[in-house]
Amino acid sequence: MSLVFSWDWLPRLSQGLLLTVQLTLLSMAFGGFLGLVLAVLRVYGRGPLYPAYLLASAYIHVFRGTPLLVQVMTFYYALPTVGVRFSPVVAGLLALTLNTAAYQAEYFRGAIQSVRIGQMQAALALGLSRLQAVRYVVLPQALRLVIPPWSNELIYMVKGSAVVYLIGVLELMGQAKNIAARTFRNFEVYIVVALFYLALILVLSLGLRWVERRMRVPGLGVSGRT
Amino acid sequence: MTIEHWLRVWNYLPILLQGLSVNLALLGGLITVGFIIGVVVALLEVYAPPPLRLVAFGYAWIFRSIPEILLLLLMWFGPAQFGIKISPFIAAVLALGLRSSAYQAEIFRGALQAIPVGQALAARALGLSRIGAIRYVLLPQALRLSLAGWGNEFAVVLKDTTLAYAIGVVEVMRQARYIGSREFPLTLPAYITVALLFLILTYAGLFIIGKAERRLRIPGLEARR
Amino acid sequence: MLLRVEDLYKRYGKEDVLKGVSFSLDKGETKVIIGPSGTGKSTLLRCINRLTEPDRGRIWLEDTEITSPKVNINRIRSQIGFVFQDFNLFTHLTALDNVRLGLIRVKGMSKKEATERAMAELARVGLADKARAYPAELSGGQQQRVSIARALAMDPKLILFDEPTSALDPELIGEVLAVMEGLARSGMTMLVVTHEMGFARTVADEIIFMERGVIVEQGPPEQLFRSPKHPRTAEFLRRITDLYGGEQ
Repeated sequence: MSLVFSWDWLPRLSQGLLLTVQLTLLSMAFGGFLGLVLAVLRVYGRGPLYPAYLLASAYIHVFRGTPLLVQVMTFYYALPTVGVRFSPVVAGLLALTLNTAAYQAEYFRGAIQSVRIGQMQAALALGLSRLQAVRYVVLPQALRLVIPPWSNELIYMVKGSAVVYLIGVLELMGQAKNIAARTFRNFEVYIVVALFYLALILVLSLGLRWVERRMRVPGLGVSGRT
Repeated sequence: MTIEHWLRVWNYLPILLQGLSVNLALLGGLITVGFIIGVVVALLEVYAPPPLRLVAFGYAWIFRSIPEILLLLLMWFGPAQFGIKISPFIAAVLALGLRSSAYQAEIFRGALQAIPVGQALAARALGLSRIGAIRYVLLPQALRLSLAGWGNEFAVVLKDTTLAYAIGVVEVMRQARYIGSREFPLTLPAYITVALLFLILTYAGLFIIGKAERRLRIPGLEARR
Repeated sequence: MLLRVEDLYKRYGKEDVLKGVSFSLDKGETKVIIGPSGTGKSTLLRCINRLTEPDRGRIWLEDTEITSPKVNINRIRSQIGFVFQDFNLFTHLTALDNVRLGLIRVKGMSKKEATERAMAELARVGLADKARAYPAELSGGQQQRVSIARALAMDPKLILFDEPTSALDPELIGEVLAVMEGLARSGMTMLVVTHEMGFARTVADEIIFMERGVIVEQGPPEQLFRSPKHPRTAEFLRRITDLYGGEQ
């Protein structure tokens, strides 16, 4: 059987690609912020902050321990049963954000913990408060260490964002599904979409490698520290 | 959502568990497919001559870069396009298995490359062939070194099995949808039950893998990470 | 003649590591190669079982030319024992399995037969009670003795020792040298690269002094140590006695 492709698909797919990029970047940004807070609570949540530590831990375990699809469908199909309604895009973005926050929290935690303890002690010895020490000494180092796992997470989220087409979001997959339904050219359309994703991920990977090289600080590597 | 809703979901538990058993069958199938292909790809990446090596790296990159759900659709519509009929279940095992093979290859490659060069030298010095050295010395060590990374991969693919929903496999999420469409107020409790089931499976699985890792631990042969 | 090396050359990048090395070894003979670090001694050893491919020159083991492209190198290697500086015991296997692996997988012995043979060899190096231990559970000296047992079990025609005590703490060197000395006395053919001058003097039938990729001088230990013919040999021996003290 012969394969049939059409240039007519491109405008819609490009539109979808744009939404995929937006969903990915927004969820990564919001999720990164939330993840950073969660990570700091997990590492430094002692004493009066202990309940917050427990909450952060529970959050991370729940969102990492359950499928993204279940999270997405819960936000879109299940929450309306208790009167909470979102549009597909908002439900999707929310689920993606909360999901990646849990993963990013773990990357941040790993990075914070791999900053040598002496760095914190030196900061405290200078007279910085604990919060200042975290803010000006530990985090700037940890954020650089987190770039490689963070890059992986970005790729994961590009792929993960495809799941939200199942609740009717018209990102790349959603557009593809519509075109496929109209033209009955399922396989061909999805092949083209696969190429879109490969191209997007190639561009992102190269960009991230460039960022990583620019942010490199001598002596602050990822390997060989405990 | 009331207590009563939760109790009604309890009645549906057998159906959800039946769906979950499909997820577990998918998991078994895809891990096996991924393991076999992953080992081969890793060996090619490390030991094959350059052109084949490039092919192996290219394969792994492609299957790590295409969204899982798109791989499922491609595997579902692709064979049909060429007149080959496979069930959604088989399509899901293959699609997710190929994806997993790319990640498993990454894990095994890292492990193979972590083995000191002297191990291969000593094997060859004994008179073992190149294949023999890989078979009896390098691969056994690499597989043990891989266990930690492999535990991670288990947790990821277990959750990915729900994506088979997209091509009509009647797994646990599909069952939860049925429950919701039959009794709308049960949607949330049903979904939360599914989430709980995955939480239990994920952490029980990781616990067992951790135990296995400790049991199989050999002094001096630990993941050097 | 058991081993004959003829005009061996090896170059790494721009550096000539072996520049025409020739010597031979008779059955039952022990020769010790000495010389400064980085003069190609280890490369020479690795060329003999072709873990490193020589660029030029020929090597015979009895009547078989090892350097011939037609030779089954795995078969040859099973007849030449090799003891590494850093032991290279298989990390995932017990001492017993380390010794058994070659017997079962290369020589095709049954498991039972291999076990008996391996236990005998472990007993020979004084480690029968460590058969179940993994390499990481053994001291460096014990690991090296297991690796000698691993080589011996294959019934090699000759054993190559590549600085077998260089990676060991000083107090562990003696036990390994004692095993090697016992082997030499029992008639094993051995080619040993080492900095242990005491061992060289008392055990070797002949000493080969190598420097910068060539054999400068060779002869019986008494002659070479007492009255070296070549000024470079004398210079090396003086430096090494300064470093390690006189009689060891």
